[in-house]
Amino acid sequence: MKPGSVAIVGAAETDAVGTLPGYSQIALHAEAATNALNNAGLGLSDVDGIAGSGASIEVASYLGITPTWIDTTAVGGTSFLLHVRHAAAAIIAGEAKTVLITHGESGRSRVGAPPRVPDPASPSGQYERPYGVSGPPSMFTVPVLRFMRDRGVTHEQLASVAVAQRKWSSQVPRARMRDLITVADVFASPMIAYPFHLLECCLVTDGGGALVVTSADRAADFPTTPVYVLGTGESAEAPIVSQMADFTTSGAFRRSSAAAFAEAGLSHSDIDHLMVYDAFAHLPLYGLEDIGFVGHGEAGAFVEEGNTSPGGRLPMNTNGGGLSYTHTGMYGMFAIQEAVRQLRGEAAAQVEGVRTSFVQGVGGMFMAAGSLILANQRP
Amino acid sequence: MQVADKPAPKPTPESKPFWDGANSGQLWIQKCVRTGRHFFPPRRYSPFTVGGETEWVQASGRATLYSYVISHRPAPGFEDDAPYAIAVVELEEGPRMMTNIVGTEITPEKLVLDMPLHVQFAARGEQQVPVFAPADGSAR
Repeated sequence: MKPGSVAIVGAAETDAVGTLPGYSQIALHAEAATNALNNAGLGLSDVDGIAGSGASIEVASYLGITPTWIDTTAVGGTSFLLHVRHAAAAIIAGEAKTVLITHGESGRSRVGAPPRVPDPASPSGQYERPYGVSGPPSMFTVPVLRFMRDRGVTHEQLASVAVAQRKWSSQVPRARMRDLITVADVFASPMIAYPFHLLECCLVTDGGGALVVTSADRAADFPTTPVYVLGTGESAEAPIVSQMADFTTSGAFRRSSAAAFAEAGLSHSDIDHLMVYDAFAHLPLYGLEDIGFVGHGEAGAFVEEGNTSPGGRLPMNTNGGGLSYTHTGMYGMFAIQEAVRQLRGEAAAQVEGVRTSFVQGVGGMFMAAGSLILANQRP
Repeated sequence: MQVADKPAPKPTPESKPFWDGANSGQLWIQKCVRTGRHFFPPRRYSPFTVGGETEWVQASGRATLYSYVISHRPAPGFEDDAPYAIAVVELEEGPRMMTNIVGTEITPEKLVLDMPLHVQFAARGEQQVPVFAPADGSAR
């Protein structure tokens, strides 16, 4: 892909995020899609491509869209980053013109959401569930003690990820958790799965978001500030966390982020703003090192010293992240939305002078990864 | 309140020798015939070569503690066990597997990374599953 040949010209979340028992899951998709189409000034017949994590045919039918390009890549919370990548390729190839990517999840209220029934013959059902895993808090977290040992990360540094992100969310009216916290507050919160306390685990909420992606040559036709796609990457690892190749580093993060930098022709010093999917407090630490923003063993101190906090040199997770803003289950859409807001100059906790943003997503429990480099100027 | 059963695995054709072995109190894993490398979970083909032939071998049962969490929010069936260790161990032969640690106090002080462990078996319904205890401890 020639960097900047595709742009995000519509982006929006649902009217609210949080506890929304009045919405079915599909209605969350629909409201987000409606808001994104309105944002771009588009009608239903303008959309020829539809993408989402699995449910896109249902979403298109519900909205009244007839797609001629479909991508239902469902690789967990990073799916939406892959949809942007795939949509960019399709638009450049001439196979789609205007792609609508939607997310809606009744993660908290579970209205119209499929039941979570694990198959006892699946890899998870055979090799993990018999040992008492009870969802992501006791699976995604399993690698961290080996990571902390290898990198010299302290418990205080792990907690400081939650502390830093609350500094951002305290400036974000839509964020669910806005009160400033200290490391001591994190340690005083209930233990969920040692070494993770409640405040080091993500929220569980309802909400949605949607994006409209098209050729950058058309970007001037839209009322919004275009956000150009400069680089993209994707990769995968094992479907169950116990088979992650090396607990001290995400190979999928390394491969997807390296591909995005190579495609964009940029280096780390060119990046003004960073979003790293934070279902739990260790993920931004893996991200900082595996993407290469800091060296081996430096991420814990980097966050603890305030470099990712308001006023720091690498603003990260500026909406408060999955820990403090919102986390429907598949958070990646919200990481992209915040990057778009920052690049448009519309963020609640706006960072001055953001020209480029790096978004790192993770799907499943270190199962899949996607990376995007976005910018508000066409190179 | 009725206590749920702990979740039992459902074997597939490729994993049946592993689970049958566990029911006999033995830990069986697979080996790539061409490369000699062991692997887990069970597969029809070796992951080290296209369509690679595999053979089943009995593992020594010796392992070390690779990583773990101590779960304070029990899954259904584990209400009486909390807090309990959800661990990943590295077998002497190389592959890793998720398991529970038994036969010791479940505290960060007692659970030290790289500590030597030895396999035991515990029931999940009709199926036995491998669990691990400290190798030098008085295993129950």
